[in-house]
Amino acid sequence: MRENSHTSPFASRRGLLFGSAAAGALLATGCTSNESNDDEDTGKQPANAADKPGKKVTIGFAGPQADHGWLNAINEQGKRRAKEYEDVTLVSTEGSNDTAQQIGQIETLINKKVDVLVILPADGKALTRVGLKAMRAGIPVVNLDRIFNSPQAYRCWIGGDNYGMGLNAGRYIGEQLKNKKNAKVVELAGLDNLELTGERTKGFDDALKNYPNIKKVARQAAEFTVESGQEKMSALLQAESSFDALWNHDDDQGVGADRAIKQAGRDEFLMVGGAGSKRVMDAIKADNSVIKATVLYPPTMAASAIDLARALGQGKGVSGLAELEIPASMTLYSAVVTKDNVDEYLPIGFN
Amino acid sequence: MSTATSPGKGSTPPPPVKSRARAAATRLDLRHVSLIAVLAVLTLVGGITKPDEFLSTDNLQLILTQASVIGVVTVGVTFVIIGGGIDLSVGAIVALASVWATTVATQEYGITGVLFCSLLVGVGCGLVNGLLIAYGPMVPFIATLAMLASARGLAEQLSDGKTQVVTVDSVLDLGVPDSYVLGVPPLVMIFAAVSLIGWLVLNRTTFGRRTVAVGGNAEASRLAGIAVKRQRLLLYLLSGLCCGIAAFMLIVLTGSGQNTNGNLYELDAIAAAIIGGTLLSGGRGTITGSVLGVLVFTTITNLFALNNLQSDVQQIAKGAIIVAAVLVQKGRNST
Repeated sequence: MRENSHTSPFASRRGLLFGSAAAGALLATGCTSNESNDDEDTGKQPANAADKPGKKVTIGFAGPQADHGWLNAINEQGKRRAKEYEDVTLVSTEGSNDTAQQIGQIETLINKKVDVLVILPADGKALTRVGLKAMRAGIPVVNLDRIFNSPQAYRCWIGGDNYGMGLNAGRYIGEQLKNKKNAKVVELAGLDNLELTGERTKGFDDALKNYPNIKKVARQAAEFTVESGQEKMSALLQAESSFDALWNHDDDQGVGADRAIKQAGRDEFLMVGGAGSKRVMDAIKADNSVIKATVLYPPTMAASAIDLARALGQGKGVSGLAELEIPASMTLYSAVVTKDNVDEYLPIGFN
Repeated sequence: MSTATSPGKGSTPPPPVKSRARAAATRLDLRHVSLIAVLAVLTLVGGITKPDEFLSTDNLQLILTQASVIGVVTVGVTFVIIGGGIDLSVGAIVALASVWATTVATQEYGITGVLFCSLLVGVGCGLVNGLLIAYGPMVPFIATLAMLASARGLAEQLSDGKTQVVTVDSVLDLGVPDSYVLGVPPLVMIFAAVSLIGWLVLNRTTFGRRTVAVGGNAEASRLAGIAVKRQRLLLYLLSGLCCGIAAFMLIVLTGSGQNTNGNLYELDAIAAAIIGGTLLSGGRGTITGSVLGVLVFTTITNLFALNNLQSDVQQIAKGAIIVAAVLVQKGRNST
C-alpha cells in the first residue's frame, strides 16, 4: 500500500532529507589533523590537539532536518566538533528539508557575514544558486555530501561515495560466494527517486559482473523507513524461496528488514547492510544473525567539514599533505565493516 | 430520520426509512461485488504469474498482516468520513503514538505499557481534533491538518530522529509465526475484530445511525434531536483510538517506533474508503467496502513485489487500477 507515497511531495521530501544516508569511511579525511582517525570522530578527544588555536573563525552551518538517525548524527557531529575548537564560533540554522526555507536560512547566514559556510543542501541542484551567491559574497562554502551543480558554488566538497558503497558491498558478497555455483543475490534498495539509490545499485551491479556465477534475482526499493523496510523485505522473502546473499542499502530501514526476516524464519543467506549504524555493528560483532557486514557512509563527514571550514577560515592547508591549500574535493571511502574489524569502527556507529 | 438524506446525495429521492435501507443495501452490495471481482482478477493474475508463491499460506498471511495496520486506521477514517468529516492526521498520530509508546520509559513496563501508551496518545490526539472541530471554530480539514504537522513534529522531537528499537519480547512475539492461532496472525485477528466491531457499531447501533444522519445532513439531524457536536467529537475520538491500535500493531510488525511511521496513511485510508464506496461528502459508506478497498491495495502491492516490478511501474499500475475500480463501480451503479 505504500508505493503511492513515492509520488507524494512529502515522501520525496523525506527522500531528499534522508537521501544521503549511506556510508563511507574516514580514511580520506586527514583534513587538518594527522592524528588517529579513529579517535578523531568519537568526539571524546579534543580535535587536533596538536593544532594551536589560531585566528577566530565564525562558521555558518546549514544542516538537514534531523528526522532520521543518520541526519541527526550529521548535525550532532558538526556541532560537537565545533565546540572542541576555542577559536571557532558556530552559527547554525534550524535544519530544514525544504529547499526554499533552506535558501532563506543560508541568505541569513550570508547577511550575518560569517567567515565560512558549511552546507548540507536539502537538494544540491536546487541550492546551487545560493551557494554561488555566498561564494560571490566572498564566503567560502564547504559543501557537505549532496553536491552542488556547479563547482563555482563551493570551495571544497566532502561527502560519501554511493557508487563505492555498492561496489564494495558487491565485492564483499562476491568474495563470499565465489565458490558457489548459481548463487542468487537479492537487493533491498533505498528510495528509487533519489539519484544516490541508482548510484549504489550501479556500483553493486558492476561489482557482481566480476562473478559470473552470481545472479541478482530480485530487487525492491524501500523508502529508508523501518516500515517500508519491513514491507518490502517480507515481499522479497515471499518471492524468493531461497537465496544466498542480500544487500540492504540502509541500516535504518534494515531494522524493518530484520523483523521481516525473523518473521519469515529465514536464515539461509548472508546479509550486508549500509550506512554503519551502531545496532548493525553490534549485530555483526555478536555474529548470531544473518547480518555479516555493512558498508560505511559515516556521518563523521560533518565533523571533517567543520575541520575544513576552520582551515579555510584560517588560511591553512591540510597537515600530512604537501599542498598549501585544502583540496577541492574529498570522497570518503565506503569501508566494509565485518566481524574482523568491527571493533575499530564501533565508536563511529550512530544510533 | 428520512430528513437525514439530503437531496442530491443518492440517485433516488428519499424514500421511507425501511425501503431506503434495503435499496442502500442492494446498491452497496453491487459495489462490494465489483471490488471482489477486482480481487478475483488480481488473484488470477497472481496465480498465473507466480503460481507457487502467490497462493501459498505464507503469502496470504503476509497480505492480510500488511493490510491489518492500515486496515484498522481505515475503519476509523470511514466513520469520520461517513459522519461528514475528514481526518488528515491519522498517519501522524500513528507516528506519534508509536514513538511515544517506544520511548517514554514505557518499554520498562512491558507490553501493557506499550499498548496503554499507544492507545492513550491515539485517543488524546483524537480528543484534541474532536474538540477543535466539534466545539471549536475549526473545520475538519484545517484542524486535522494542524494535527498532522504538530504530531509529526512532536514525534520527531521525542525520538530525536532516531529509530526506537523495541526490546520487549512479549510485544515482539506477537509478530512471529509461533504466535499464530490456527494459522491466523494476531495482527490479523485484531484487524478482524476492529472491522467486525466497526460493522456492528455502524449498522446495529444508534451511534451508527446518528453517524450516517449527521454526515448526510447535520442541520436536519440537529433538528431531529441528535447532539451533533457530541457525535462529531466521538467520531474523532474513535478515529484516534483506531490510530492508537494501529500504532501498537505497527510496533509489533516492525519491532520499532519511528517518526516516519504511518507515512501517507491518511491518503491510503481515504482512498481505500472511497474505493469501498464511502461518499467523501458524508452520509454513506460501509465498513465492508473499506476493508475490501484495503485488501485490493495490499494485494496489488504484494503482487507487484512478487513479480519484481520496480516502484515506478508499481505506481503507474496502481493508479490505473484505482481508476478502473472506481469506473467499474460507476458502471454498475448506473445500470
